[in-house]
This record gives sequence, structure tokens and C-alpha cells, in this order.
Amino acid sequence: MTTLVRQERAVELEDVQGLVRFAYGHLPEVCVLLLRVKNPTAARAWLANVKPTTAVKGTPPKTALNVAFTSEGLREVAVAPELRDGFSFEFDEGMAGNSARTHRLGDVGANDPCEWLWGVGDRVPHVAVLLYADRACLAAWEASVAAQWGDGFVCIGRLTSAPPPDALDCEPFGFKDGISQPDPDWRRERPLGDHDRLAYDNLVCLGEFLLGYPNEYGLYTPRPVLDPRHDPNGWLLRAEDAPDKADLGRNGSYLVIRQLQQNVQGFRDTLARLANGDAAERERLAAAMVGRTTSGEPLVGVRTGAVRHDDAPLNDFDYESDPRGVRCPLGAHIRRVNPRNADLPPGTPGILSRLCRMLGLDATARDRDLVASTRFHRLLRRGRRYGAGADTGIHFMCVVANIKRQFEFVQSAWVMGTKFDGLTGESDPLLGNRRPDAGGFPTDGFSMPQADGPDRRVDHLPQFVTVRGGAYFFLPGIRALRCIAGARGGA
Amino acid sequence: MMLAAVRPGREGDLRRLLATMNREPGTADPANVLVPFGRFERLHFARLAVLDDPTLGDIEAHGVPRPSLPIYLAFIGSCDGDARECLADLAERAGVGLRRIFAHCDGFDAQDDVLAWMLAHRRRLAANYVNRVGRTVRQIKEEAALQRALAARVMRAPLPSGADPQRLRRELIDFVDAEVSAGRLALTPSESTPVRWQLAELAHMVVTPLVVLPPLALLSPLWIPLLRAQEERDPEICPLPDRALLHELQDLEDRDVSNQYTAIGSLKPGPVRRWLVIALLALIDWAARHVFTRGHLARVQTIHFAFWAFLDGKRRVVFTSNYDGGHEAYMDDFINKVAWGLNLSFSHGVGWPRTRWLVSRGARIEHQFKNFQRRHQLPTQVWYKAYPGLALADLERNQRIREGLELATMTNAQAAAWLQLL
Repeated sequence: MTTLVRQERAVELEDVQGLVRFAYGHLPEVCVLLLRVKNPTAARAWLANVKPTTAVKGTPPKTALNVAFTSEGLREVAVAPELRDGFSFEFDEGMAGNSARTHRLGDVGANDPCEWLWGVGDRVPHVAVLLYADRACLAAWEASVAAQWGDGFVCIGRLTSAPPPDALDCEPFGFKDGISQPDPDWRRERPLGDHDRLAYDNLVCLGEFLLGYPNEYGLYTPRPVLDPRHDPNGWLLRAEDAPDKADLGRNGSYLVIRQLQQNVQGFRDTLARLANGDAAERERLAAAMVGRTTSGEPLVGVRTGAVRHDDAPLNDFDYESDPRGVRCPLGAHIRRVNPRNADLPPGTPGILSRLCRMLGLDATARDRDLVASTRFHRLLRRGRRYGAGADTGIHFMCVVANIKRQFEFVQSAWVMGTKFDGLTGESDPLLGNRRPDAGGFPTDGFSMPQADGPDRRVDHLPQFVTVRGGAYFFLPGIRALRCIAGARGGA
Repeated sequence: MMLAAVRPGREGDLRRLLATMNREPGTADPANVLVPFGRFERLHFARLAVLDDPTLGDIEAHGVPRPSLPIYLAFIGSCDGDARECLADLAERAGVGLRRIFAHCDGFDAQDDVLAWMLAHRRRLAANYVNRVGRTVRQIKEEAALQRALAARVMRAPLPSGADPQRLRRELIDFVDAEVSAGRLALTPSESTPVRWQLAELAHMVVTPLVVLPPLALLSPLWIPLLRAQEERDPEICPLPDRALLHELQDLEDRDVSNQYTAIGSLKPGPVRRWLVIALLALIDWAARHVFTRGHLARVQTIHFAFWAFLDGKRRVVFTSNYDGGHEAYMDDFINKVAWGLNLSFSHGVGWPRTRWLVSRGARIEHQFKNFQRRHQLPTQVWYKAYPGLALADLERNQRIREGLELATMTNAQAAAWLQLL
């Protein structure tokens, strides 16, 4: 399973659930039904026949449905025990499954899973059914879908989202959202292999988001592959890297869902206090924390061609021209979650310079090398804003192939990391839980480097975002879904 | 590093005793009664680890029977100045506690002199990396206090246009001078390095390559093909680590901005691997002592200290390190920044992911490498760090602040750059 790729097949788009490829931006209403299995037979019967929306491109659908399991759900639903093996530790244990993980993700204090609305104990969903529909169409669609499973499931939570038209692409703090996304290599054109990439690029190997395909290391991420005996109806495709195995992972992904409640009033009040009521200063501070203006303009400036393979003009930039963070602070939210750097720090072309940078002998390059190789930590985001007034926020969702290296790494090392890129005394200005470091050092600051003097710094930021629930799901390929549910037929 | 075999049947008691030294799982209470680490002003890091290698049987994959090797207690510290003096200090001020710990080890007698016993059980390190040679605990603590004082003092509002960085710096220097005079800050001048030590380092710098490189080069037509054949043949042993072990390891981690790492493994049998690993670790030690002495080990800037040591007549190697950030970030650095270096030093271990030409592949095979290293990692029972909450990035910045403060004159640009450090 470790050999470099030798054979490649086209992606079976009809087997991939649509969420991996589409955000369904044209369908403004969303409801994620969090279900627990009540009658396994009825639940399986529904799963065996449900028709999830696929990744095939065509006329945008009027409604969309996708299905995902937690590991507890898989234990309830899967027809054979072999169908539950081979998933990652993180998925098996669950987001709130152990205290070391909870701690690492920053889910302590107000974020503690004890306080969650769902995702712990008997409030861990088994199955998530994601429903997307046009305005005013969701309720009827939801009722008709729920009627199909009879007593198969009980619903323990509904994550609904129906923002007003003018707020659809805007998160509750008021910033344009969803601008930056990696560009999965659906056509499998990105050259595979084990070499350094010298420029940040938005095109990412499909295997970073879809199991069964090579990832950025040119390797197949570990996933469940079975003896074909355990797939008696022949649903599963063969593994590319092990042709005698049935690939339960192929065309599936892991889906991370977190309910992030945003204290909008607290955010506004804090900014107003820090800006002493100066409206322009308030805007500047807010933009510095995010790294973009409210309309989405990146503070570092847009540069044509910095990011290849991207058609979103507001996403065409990297931070190479702003190493100290004078234009966009190093700790700004968008810089933390995607530092946009290559495998080697920048330097002059030539083999000697490259060797120096590889050996860490170039001091200037070293200063820019605390964070590197962003390409191994990309997230395909599918979140939606929810609610209004005091109870509002984001249903954060992301699709990854490796929960630990992608979601957990970004969350723990970059978002919650209090020493990110050489900073100290601060974590993500929006998402930080402000928990002091060992030794009691505060982490509730935010620094904004200036061109010609000490950093501008604000202190005592309160916690703006609170985690209210979350879970890790497996978003199976459709054949895998049928196999898990024990559907008859097969291919 | 001090190493002693644990007396058969006493391992459980030893583990229980070590646990009493901790404030949190794996994190020492600096004032614990056995060895109150916090009172030793020259001590950066220390650890006590029971080296019980669950992978001893792996060597059977090479057709060699599983050896019967002892379980060791390792006591490892990083201190300023002469190691012998540090041990003497420990024996003097923590002798009672150390005696209680060593009573669980083979050959320790209640009448034994603790210092003599520790010296007798000292092991030479095969390679020894120190992030910044010469930076003392005292310096780290004083410079951290300096940084905090200056950071609280410096103007945080946006700079008025035409602000003079030289004047700002001058004001801060006056402030620091006043704080020092008032006894609120201390900036002890660094102690001069003993000439004897410098001469010994110089001799090591010259002699090691002369001893190691010629035979390595002369014999290369012999060992390169042999090694290449072995690389293709050697078994990879990288199953998923045991979940209970993983939980135990994770439970000890992320209690500070730095973490500890202890791992053990057997070396592949045969003379090629044996002599190669001896030569390569000697070269790594050489590079750590003479090239990478100023804040980085190749591209990695987050390792405070790292040691490699042979055990059991060079049949096994133990590796320990103190690093900043989480374990996943540490592995990320290993794979993405220095996989070649890992392959050089660790690919001689039984089961390492398949390498090519000594530096290629190996650790780049992400999941195999991650499984391998977790499977060989051991829980560190007791771990002490003298400066919780401080990472190397802090130490480096604080040192630059101090150096800039003590510089007699600066240009405007230098002064502006110095202010930016605050």
C-alpha cells in the first residue's frame, strides 16, 4: 500500500456523494438531521435504497441529499463486523472520544464537550442526513424523506440553516465567507510523486479529500479495504493499490462537523472598545483579525498568478511578499488556517541556494520556515451559517481524507497554537479559547506588526466562538453505502 | 544520561514511585520531594523513563532470535556547565530521593555513594544536539523577564508618523537600566567558556572527520552495494501501534508548549549496518556540535535537545528529544523538512520503512513512518522543563532583544527592526 502510483482510473463521479464536489451554493436552505438508529432493519432498508445526490456535473439539482455515519453509527448499521474495520483512530474514537484529543482541539473551558448540545454520550449521532433545498422548499422535502425510514431512526438534532438572501455568503461577524477553497484534482492531472513543491498551489491531489486515490505524498491514505468475501453482493470496486481487495473507502471521505456559536455582540463590543468608537479604526482592526476586509479583499493584496488553478480572484494571493505580516498579521485568521506556503522557504533559484535552504543554513529563509508545506493541511469547507440574534454561528463542515493530518492539525497546531509562526501570547483571534499557556502566560492577545516600530498589540480579547457540538463522520461512496447497508443487487 | 537495569520484580514499584514525582501525568512537580528539579538552577530539562522495549521480538524477522535484554531506568538531564558538577550537585541536594529511586535498580546497594554510582552508570551519548550551545537557564529566565518588561512598556498604539526609532530605543534602554538598578531585572553577563572546553571542541571538530570519512569513502565500493541490496530486502515492520500505548502516550502530551519524546529500537543485524550507524551517528554528533549550534537542526527549529545513545553493546538505540508544539506537528516537520536526516540516522533500525540510497523514501512514507515511530515510542514517566510556557521561538526572540539592547550603536533601520521584536 505504499508504492507510488502506477495505474490510474478515472474518478467514478456517480459513486461519489455530491458534497465532496459541490457546496450547493444555489440551495440556500440546509438541514442536517442528526439521527440515532432505532430499528436497524428499517434503517438499513432505507440506507440500501436511498439515492444520494452524486458528484456528476449537470443541471444543478433542486434538492440534494447526502448521508454520513459516525463510527458508532457504523457499528449499529453495518451488516458485517468486517465493514467496521480499517477506519482511522480519530474516526473510531470520535471528536469528543478522549480527553487528550479534546484538549488538543482546544475543546476545554466553555468549549468542553460536557456542555455540548450534541456529539457526546447518548447524543452522539449515528447518521447524519444532509438535506439541501431551495427557499421555502426544505420543510416539505425533509418530511417526505423522514417518512421513508419509518421507525428506522430517531432524530436527536437538526442543524438548520436558512439565512436571508443578502447574508448567504456572509458569516455572522459580517465577513464574506467561503472564498478560499482548495481545488481538488478531479481530472487526476497533478503529477504524483515524492518531491518538494517550490510554489504554493491551489490544485491539490484528489487523495487529500477522497479515499482510494493518491494523496499529496503520492500514497494511498490508509482506509478500509476488504477481502471481497465480505462484499457478497459485489458492490465494491477494487482498490487501485491492491487489486485483489475490495475498497470500502474508495470514493468516500471523512466529514467533520462542528457547531460553532459566534458571540456577535461580544465581537462588536470588543472592537468598539478597542477602537474607542472610531468606525474606520474598528473596521481596520476587524479586518486585521480576519486578514480580509468584510467584502473579502485580502489585506496582503491580490496578485494575478500567485495561485495557479483558481478562478476566484479574491483567492489569488500568497504571503511571500509580506513575510513579517505588516499588511496581513501573521496571526490573522485566514493566515493561520491557510499559510499558503510551499515545501521550501523562498530563495534565489539555483541548486546551491536550494541546498542551503534544505539544510537550514540560510538564515533569512529559516526565519520564514517555521510553518511550511501547507499542501498537506488543506480542508475542503462546506459549512453554513445558522441562526440569528444571540444564537448564531456556523455549522462548520469540512471534507478530508486524513482527519488527523488535516482537520486536527489545522485546529490544534495553527488555530489553537499559541506559538504559531513564532508568535507568542495569542491564538486565533476569532476562534481562540484564550486558555493561558503553561506557566500562566495569557494567550488572549493579538499582534499587528508595523512597518517601522513595535507591533501594535491588543490584549484581553474575550472568547468569541464557542463549540456547541461536533462529530467525525464517514461520507461513504454510494457503492460502499450499499455494501454497509447490505443491499441486494450489486454490480 | 544515566542508565541502570531495573531489578527484576521491582518495575511496578518503580513506576509507582516515579508517578509520585508528578503534578500531572508525566509532568514533574518542580518541587517534588524525591528530586526537586526546580531547585537546580542549571537544569534545563530532565526525564526519568523506564525503557521496556515491546518491539524486541521484531528482530526475528531477520532470522535472529529474540534477545533477552534488561528493562532499564534512564535518567537524562540537560544542564549548563560540566555534567559531573551537575551530578555532584544532584547527589548532594537530592541524594535521599535518588537513593530511593535507584534502590529499584540492579546492583545498587544502600551503602553505595550516590554520586559514584551515577558516574559509574553514566552512558556516553552517540550523538548530542543542543539547540543553541551556550544559552543557560539563567539567561533564558532573565531574558524572558526582560522581554515581558519591555513588551509591557513599549507603546502599542500605532506609531505617529516620523517617530524616531533611535529615540524610542534609547528610552527603553534607560528604562531597563533603571529596572536593573532597582533590582527588578537582572542581566547577568554570560560566563566565559572554559578554554579547555574550547580546545576539546576544536580537536573534536578536526579529528572526527579525519577518523570517520576516509574509511567511509574508501570502503564505499563495498558498503554501498551491500547496503542497497539490504534496503531492498530488509523487512518493514510498521503495523498500527497498540491503542492502549497510543492513549498512554497522548495522555502525557500537550501539557506545555513543549513535549518530550523517548523511543527505542533494535539495530538491524550484520556488520554493514553496525559500522554504518556508528559512523553516521558520529557524523551527526559532529554536525550537531560544530554546524548546528545556533538555533536549528537542519530546517527544524523546534528541538531544544536531542540525544542518541547505544544500548546493549550497540544492539539497540534509544533516542530522546524535547520539542515545541504537538506531536503531529513534530512528525510533520520530520517528514516534510528532514526526512533525509531521519533516514540517515534511523533506517538502521529493525522495521524502518523502506529507504532508497540511505536518504530517500523511508520517513517520507507517511503512514508507515508514523506507525513505526509511535510503536517504538515509550511513555516518559517523569519529565521536567525549567521554563514552562516558553518555546524556542521565544528564547530566540528574547535573546535577540537582549543582544540589541546591549549593542552600543544602531542605525535607524536596525533600531526599527529591534523595536519590531518587542
